[in-house]
Amino acid sequence: MENKPLIISVSPHVKDETTTAKIMLYVILALLPAALLSIYLYKLYAVQVLFFSLVSALMTEYLFQKYMKLSFTLNNLSAIVTGLLLALTLPPKIPWWIAFIGGIIAIGLGKQVFGGLGYNLFNPALVARAILLLSWPKYMTKAWYKTIAVDSVSKATPLYLAKEAREGLIHFGTSNFYKTFLFSNTSGTLGEVSVILLLAGGIFLIYMKIIDWRIPLSYIATTAVLTVFMKGDPIFYLLAGGLMLGAFFMATDYVTSPITRKGRVIFGIGCGMVTVLLRFYSSLPEGVMFSILFMNACAPLIDKYTQPKVFGTKT
Amino acid sequence: MSLLTFKGGVHPLYHKDLTESKGIKEFSSLPKEIIVPLQQHTGAPCNPLVEKGNEVLAGQKIGDSDAFISAPVHSSFSGKVTAVEPRVIFSGISVLSVVITPSEEQKKMSIETPADLKDISPDTIRKIVREAGIVGLGGAAFPTYVKLTPPKDKPIDSVIINGCECEPYLTCDHRNMLEYTADLILGMKIIMKAVEAKRGFFAIESNKMDAVRKVEEKLMEENGIAGKKRAESPVQIALLETKYPQGSEKHLIKAILNREIPSGGLPSDVGALVQNIGTTIAIARAIRDGAPLIERVITVTGTGISEPSNLRVKIGTLLGDVINECGGLKGDIGKVILGGPMTGFAQYKLNVPIVKGISGILVLPYTQVVPETIMHKPCIRCGRCVEACPMQLLPNMLGSYARVEMWSKVDSYHLFDCIECGCCAYVCPAKIPLVQLFRVAKGEILMKRKREAAALKNGK
Repeated sequence: MENKPLIISVSPHVKDETTTAKIMLYVILALLPAALLSIYLYKLYAVQVLFFSLVSALMTEYLFQKYMKLSFTLNNLSAIVTGLLLALTLPPKIPWWIAFIGGIIAIGLGKQVFGGLGYNLFNPALVARAILLLSWPKYMTKAWYKTIAVDSVSKATPLYLAKEAREGLIHFGTSNFYKTFLFSNTSGTLGEVSVILLLAGGIFLIYMKIIDWRIPLSYIATTAVLTVFMKGDPIFYLLAGGLMLGAFFMATDYVTSPITRKGRVIFGIGCGMVTVLLRFYSSLPEGVMFSILFMNACAPLIDKYTQPKVFGTKT
Repeated sequence: MSLLTFKGGVHPLYHKDLTESKGIKEFSSLPKEIIVPLQQHTGAPCNPLVEKGNEVLAGQKIGDSDAFISAPVHSSFSGKVTAVEPRVIFSGISVLSVVITPSEEQKKMSIETPADLKDISPDTIRKIVREAGIVGLGGAAFPTYVKLTPPKDKPIDSVIINGCECEPYLTCDHRNMLEYTADLILGMKIIMKAVEAKRGFFAIESNKMDAVRKVEEKLMEENGIAGKKRAESPVQIALLETKYPQGSEKHLIKAILNREIPSGGLPSDVGALVQNIGTTIAIARAIRDGAPLIERVITVTGTGISEPSNLRVKIGTLLGDVINECGGLKGDIGKVILGGPMTGFAQYKLNVPIVKGISGILVLPYTQVVPETIMHKPCIRCGRCVEACPMQLLPNMLGSYARVEMWSKVDSYHLFDCIECGCCAYVCPAKIPLVQLFRVAKGEILMKRKREAAALKNGK
């Protein structure tokens, strides 16, 4: 009757179909529209950035596995997500080798030195971007596809100009940029080409229950409220820069954000506060990256103090 | 009407269509041999009352114990005792068992019961329930008469008859509700009388509306009341959301009565008593007919079985015999599970007996078995387990600490509040064997506590 031995294992004997690789695949799908638009708008520049950050991310992942005798993990697709996210935070006209180094830093320093997927404290793509920004600030803040000329000042991104305007150096109409940001913004990183596409991707991930709505909602809402408080144009500051990419795709990174529901709200609020603080008070025009990295460091502590009330115990 | 439920839980594929419309069949053939383990319940094992060579009758008590938390066992067939020796049961451990060869001629023995049930006293009910060897038939197999003996300072006001049957695949409770509604209602009355409870609920999930209608009809018929008056009567139906583990005692009480059993406590701590459908019917039959618990209804199901059925099986019948009764196995078999897919036990051989706490046999073909590996797969901290845990634990933290054997840390994350429902392991995208890790951790911590207690004793 029995030709093969029966399999035994501890219950449960049925499992949900979701796997780590499937989750990663959904994130890739959600990012794809924005990545494709960046190729359409930036042509070969975008292709070059995407290609070199993805290749170096995958290569680094593979080399670590091989030489540290780890199990094969390329098939969980997490290295592709990291490479893709990194590319989307880079300006299109940077030299190819910056993107390449970025991929190595993201996977090597951002993830593998901590023990690989699941163990890193900081978002790998943002670790790489932070190091690139500090190492080659000239490329990282100037290599835009198109820059905007306002009052004979031809420099940089709308966020930068908004900062100068606040300091009274130039006049700058923030409301002129709403449409550009929503549909095809060419003075920013690859991922900043279209807020609509990022929003669609983010809502898709929430709908598919891949990410928790708590983080993006609390992050964006806090940013909006504090921007109004700072007398900034909230619509402009929500659409500009890396907020959408950060709120939906970076701050929601499972590994580096809190696991409790309450903790996720606190995390989002913290990200929003630090973002506005940096945007309005630091010498940098943008604060999304450092705010998420800062909150990444707080995530374990937040988890510790937001443990849910266990059934049958008193608060 | 809004459905009652609890926080957390999962929605697995139920696959109840395999057997839910199939009426309960009798296991008709005479088995060559049966094995009756002397411990089929939570609590102290029974001492054998027979020895090799004895002739026994169906329904004859063959094992009993003086311990408070225990339940006697009975022979389910007339026949000859061929051995009293340890045999492996479904959980993989060896238990002293009475092995019986059934004879061609079957004679029954029953328990003495009062002729008139009207004036039956709670003590008489408890005595008969104990004599009949009735234990919880939902899985935990806790002796029923102990449950019917609430502490004096903890009166029971509400009795809940658990017809949730939230485990996928299983339909035996569903069929019992449909086919033995009168016994079920009688059982409820007896239980309410035994613990002097004021209210009774039949808890049924929304995927069994035919059972809801059947029970409601019968209740109206019996009391001869309908409409508004019916709504005021003490016995009601509680309609619950179809969600796993809705049938967990703690979560059922929370959903229906909005009371939380304190950590480490019992239903009587919150004035509630929960009984399984099969148990309730068994109580009715013991009190009315004097029938000891020697048979139960199980669901034999899964795509690896030729004829999925709901079957009435004598306790002690071998797993292999039951499978043959249902047309045998079909195709490449991966797993044979005793119980449901969420909490059942995978078997490595088919000569284990069906005991009181087994509600189903699930046969999964090779292709439906999730590949398991003990290789370390990283937790990506997605939080799905945290969302799913009906106890509001952090299974990811428990799992991570258990993996590196930091037992005191695991303990501090409330490991012992875990009910091992399997929701966390079910949703885990990394397929981490969380329940297995928790069981190992519980064992290690209990052993450590024992060692420490012994050391303390020796020191003094």
